[in-house]
Amino acid sequence: MKRLFALAIGLLLAQVLAAGMAAAQADGIQPVLQAHKDTITKSSRKTIGPAIDAIAASGVVQAKDVLEAWVAKDMWLRKSDGLFFRGEKVEGKTYRLFDFDSGGAVGVFPKSELKQLKPNSGVRALIATALVRFQLNAADAGKRHDALTSIARDPDAAHLEPLRASIAGEPDAELKATKERLERLLTIRFDADEAARLAAIGAMSGDLGVDVRAALNPLVVTTRNAAKELPEGANIAAQLSPGQDGFSRQDSYALLVAVGLALAPPTAGEIRNALNDNISGGRVGGVPVAQLSDPDARLVAYDALAASGLVLARIRDQQIDDILAAHVFFDLYADPSPTVTKAASQALDEISLKVGLNQTLDLTLDALSLASIYFLAAIGLAITFGVMGVINMAHGEFIMMGAYTGYVVQQVIPDHTVSIIVAIPLAFAVTFAAGVAMERLVIRWLYARPLETLLATFGISIALQQLAKNIFGTQARPLTAPGWLDGAWVLNDVVSISYIRIAIFVLALIFLTLFLYIMKRTRLGLETRAVTQNPKMAASMGINPDKVNMLTFGLGSGIAGIAGVAIGLFAKVTSELGSDYIVQSFMTVVVGGVGNIWGTLAGAAMIGFLQKGIEWMNPSNTLAAQTYMIVFIIIFIQFRPRGIIALKGRAAGD
Amino acid sequence: MNRSFVAKNPSVLIFLACLAVFTLVVTILSEGFGIGVVSTSFVKTLGKTLCLCLIAVAMDLIWGFVGILSLGHFAFFGLGGYMIGMWLMYERTRLIVVESLSQSDIPPTAAEVTDAIGNQIFGVVGASEFPLIWVFADSLVLQLALVVLVPGLLALVFGWLAFRSRVTGVYLSILTQAMTLALALYLFQNDSGLRGNNGLSGLQNLPGVTASQDQVSLWFLWASAAALGAGYVLAAWLVWGKFGSVIRGIRDNEARVRFLGYSVESYKLAVFTLTACIAAIAGALYYPQAGIINPAEVAPIASIYLAVWVAIGGRGRLYGAVIGAAFVSLLSTWFTGGQAPDIPLGFYTIKWVDWWLVLLGVSFVLVTLFAPKGIGGLFDLITARRSPDRHGADLGPDDGALREQEAGR
Amino acid sequence: MSTLLEVSGVSVTFDGFRAINNLSFRIGEAELRAVIGPNGAGKTTFMDIVTGKTRPDEGRVLWGDKSQSLLKMSEARIAQAGIGRKFQKPTVFEDQTVQENLLMALKKPRSWLSVLGYRPVASDLARVEELAAEIGLVEALSRKSGELSHGQKQWLEIGMLLAQEPRLLLVDEPAAGMTPTEREHTTDILVRAAQTRAVVVVEHDMEFVRRLNCKVTVLHEGAVLAEGSLDHVTANQDVIDVYLGR
Repeated sequence: MKRLFALAIGLLLAQVLAAGMAAAQADGIQPVLQAHKDTITKSSRKTIGPAIDAIAASGVVQAKDVLEAWVAKDMWLRKSDGLFFRGEKVEGKTYRLFDFDSGGAVGVFPKSELKQLKPNSGVRALIATALVRFQLNAADAGKRHDALTSIARDPDAAHLEPLRASIAGEPDAELKATKERLERLLTIRFDADEAARLAAIGAMSGDLGVDVRAALNPLVVTTRNAAKELPEGANIAAQLSPGQDGFSRQDSYALLVAVGLALAPPTAGEIRNALNDNISGGRVGGVPVAQLSDPDARLVAYDALAASGLVLARIRDQQIDDILAAHVFFDLYADPSPTVTKAASQALDEISLKVGLNQTLDLTLDALSLASIYFLAAIGLAITFGVMGVINMAHGEFIMMGAYTGYVVQQVIPDHTVSIIVAIPLAFAVTFAAGVAMERLVIRWLYARPLETLLATFGISIALQQLAKNIFGTQARPLTAPGWLDGAWVLNDVVSISYIRIAIFVLALIFLTLFLYIMKRTRLGLETRAVTQNPKMAASMGINPDKVNMLTFGLGSGIAGIAGVAIGLFAKVTSELGSDYIVQSFMTVVVGGVGNIWGTLAGAAMIGFLQKGIEWMNPSNTLAAQTYMIVFIIIFIQFRPRGIIALKGRAAGD
Repeated sequence: MNRSFVAKNPSVLIFLACLAVFTLVVTILSEGFGIGVVSTSFVKTLGKTLCLCLIAVAMDLIWGFVGILSLGHFAFFGLGGYMIGMWLMYERTRLIVVESLSQSDIPPTAAEVTDAIGNQIFGVVGASEFPLIWVFADSLVLQLALVVLVPGLLALVFGWLAFRSRVTGVYLSILTQAMTLALALYLFQNDSGLRGNNGLSGLQNLPGVTASQDQVSLWFLWASAAALGAGYVLAAWLVWGKFGSVIRGIRDNEARVRFLGYSVESYKLAVFTLTACIAAIAGALYYPQAGIINPAEVAPIASIYLAVWVAIGGRGRLYGAVIGAAFVSLLSTWFTGGQAPDIPLGFYTIKWVDWWLVLLGVSFVLVTLFAPKGIGGLFDLITARRSPDRHGADLGPDDGALREQEAGR
Repeated sequence: MSTLLEVSGVSVTFDGFRAINNLSFRIGEAELRAVIGPNGAGKTTFMDIVTGKTRPDEGRVLWGDKSQSLLKMSEARIAQAGIGRKFQKPTVFEDQTVQENLLMALKKPRSWLSVLGYRPVASDLARVEELAAEIGLVEALSRKSGELSHGQKQWLEIGMLLAQEPRLLLVDEPAAGMTPTEREHTTDILVRAAQTRAVVVVEHDMEFVRRLNCKVTVLHEGAVLAEGSLDHVTANQDVIDVYLGR
């Protein structure tokens, strides 16, 4: 209400001034400034309004320059004649002044003869609002765009009129659409005309934009209030009765206290302080101090004090009931118009349904991207653990090595795109070599001993982790994605997914295809499957199991390295990078079912979707989400001990 | 019966004697009751090491004798610590609160005391209410019972689920690792009711005890030594008789034991739960000496280190576990504490603080590959125990079965 | 002769492969039976089903006088009910002495609590001695069983089975890898055991089966092909086809 009133006054004032200024137009802006000299030099948010309005409404071309100079603290007052100029620093303490109207230089003056106008932030905000009018009609499309952005960020009733006025003359179709949209949002919030607001609400309902919801939500916000009787003509959402619908007696009394309709009952602390203040001779109100550890005794003592008039009396239950009965409680809409609030809440309902659907889609995309990360992290493990039965606890460290390889490459090759293209095969080569070395030196001696393999590879894991720490330090190293991967694919305000995540999804698909190709179509795949199923038979058919194991292990490790580059693009590269993923990777393989790439895929999908789902139910707490997910997996293993896609029968081994 | 037990297990007597001598020597050298050669902080380190030896005995029982490589026993250790920590923190805060409230003239009500304690304890996580899990925190007896009951129950439920569905080998290891990870993540939350990542602190102060830390540290050393002795005797007794025969059978060939009519699952569950309780007791003795417990203690890596200790000491022999835990953890303290001298190579100086983990990792791999018997194997040189010549074959088909070198003739 | 074990209409499929196909089989108390059949005939899977290791897709497996179903019971319960099994490969506890192996197998309460409190009394040790004598391992009682020869391990396993005092003994290829004298000894042990209980012997070796001198069941492709005396089944044209190829 107040705002609208102020707006009306403002507009009125502007019109009056505009009429006066028409005469001044011929003389330029200086006279206008002189007319408001006192207010301008005083520069207080409370009084500056008329001066700014006068400048803005003067119709003089230079008004914009004045406002811009003013807001940039470039406006100076020449003390000798009290005229305003734009000033530019020359050197030392001298400034060159320019006349606003002619634009020409007036001369160079020492600072001592000048006074700089330094508007405070409140005043600057007012000037900026006034400037918006000019910016909305600026010749430069970029400036118009900036103006719209600034209005959208901080909407104000004063923007509505200039915005409306600028729509018709807008040459750019896209900007025009933006202006129209913004105009509707401002109408919803600030327009005095109810019909216009309803029309705007109708036009925007079903729109998914966050800004629409931001405009509509304040309309349907209610504040809880209490009064002796229901206020006339107020837009009341609901009337409440104490003790019902979750609105307890305590709540209602507290509300009365909050709005000043009742006295606050003394708190336990206040009672205690009152007692403390009134100790006399080891007693308070006749009760010995020693007994005051009992809450009931305290009340007795307090009542005694109240009876003798030393403190305010407690408020009894009966009194509370009486006071509550004498008042009404209600939820009040912020907006005075019932039709507008009704339309707004309908529009919001419609929007929220759409938002819900889109959020589901967004969540699905999120889950998909998380699943592809887990898949990437786990696929190498699926090869070494699933196909070869080797538990590699250092798998996470291979991921880390891949990420650090990417980082080192970026130090050498500054171009991000080229460095990623170089880093991927290099990371594969580095981790492939590391994997082969580890297989040759350690793992092949322990093939029949999975538990010992687990522990030995853990030993390698801590050594590698500490080595990385010694070489690269403990702080996180950046692995920057190329520019074309910045940003996100935005479907609408609700659904968006960053390009990096899409790239990782694509990478996961590529790996899946690659893995299937290698396993099903190449000699190495055939030999690997043969060695996996029956090493002795394979050996007797001329396959060298040693070589096959070595290459398979190298392949699994190499893929971990590439996954490391991918993960490094969005996560911080630290020596602990790998250990953050190792348990989840094992879970993925185990849940999916060992020895089957589709199982790994299913496991990754299940864990990804599950984690996102739990996070969605309890968004504030990702730790809890992980906890519940692991508990779920432990229980899941009960029912499908061999994973989602299990090998059956005697071949699965017991 | 007992006579034959001791007669057949002379190593138990030797171990107990060593432990007693060790405790006596530390006491004599200590600042609290002796000549003050050994500092109180080192007494605490030794006391903590005894607790680690105790959980290593539990680990050896479950891994070396039942063949289950549990990567989650530090979860029980930590829970035990949390349970005793709750009482220590509650009681100590209560004494402080009562003391400060008694400064004013009016005696405090019970509710005021509770509120003030709640504020003190949970202020760091922005809460002041006591979570439900603290309901017994005011009672030492109940909280001591919880030290065993809570981890025991967790182990019982988890073990029942896991063993029932015949999860074995590395799957079981990963599942136990997941369990401890889940617990750690849960405890890291601020609303877990156990102060999130702040953990419980000030546990070294025994409420109502005026003795100095010099003396308290020795009390804990004695208690830890007593617990280790008792745990060792219990473990040795378990693995000696027919029960030991059955569980070693499960380690080497689970299916065969099952077809003999033994319910393998109930044996595993019994040992798993028992070792969880031993681990919890070790934790309850450890953390008052450490002074602080936080969720990082329960992280999966701790439990893997436990397996490393046992492996380095030599699994399948109880003294091996004790030696491994004591040796590696003391060495680790020495290296990471900065006491080990740096090695200047001219172009590079090896600082052990940075390189100790590399050394540990590499030497652990070497032990696994070349000395499966671990440090305990050195004793075989004295007792002339020889390994069977099995041409590289393990002693059973199961993942946890003894390797050729680990067995004795 | 009353029926001890009755298997009827049992089928089991592994990934589309029908290992057992509508198999029916029965054996009475104190009967010796040989089961023969080519590789993949389903002999081992048949044993897996009876001992509870594999659950069939359909069919019934009934046990004992009360015709108890074995399908719902765990391996341990089935073993306790009186079915003992000897594996193809000798599986004894190699890290333990012969005495410990036999003590573990002795028919005693199996729950962990009673085992915890169990200490061998004189009669148990005497029984172990007696069993060891039967399988010829008295000298080896205190040796680790891992050091025994292949044949000795087979005997030890049979000894452990006898120590269990089962009502039905399932023996999978007991004579594999034995010298002729060892085979003879094994035959004696099995025939003697069959006097007091049912014994099912799965065997490849016809000579060994002949020496057992008992009723023979021929399995083929998961079903019973023929049943009767050895001479009877070897005269059967189907059996000849299966063994010699069509």
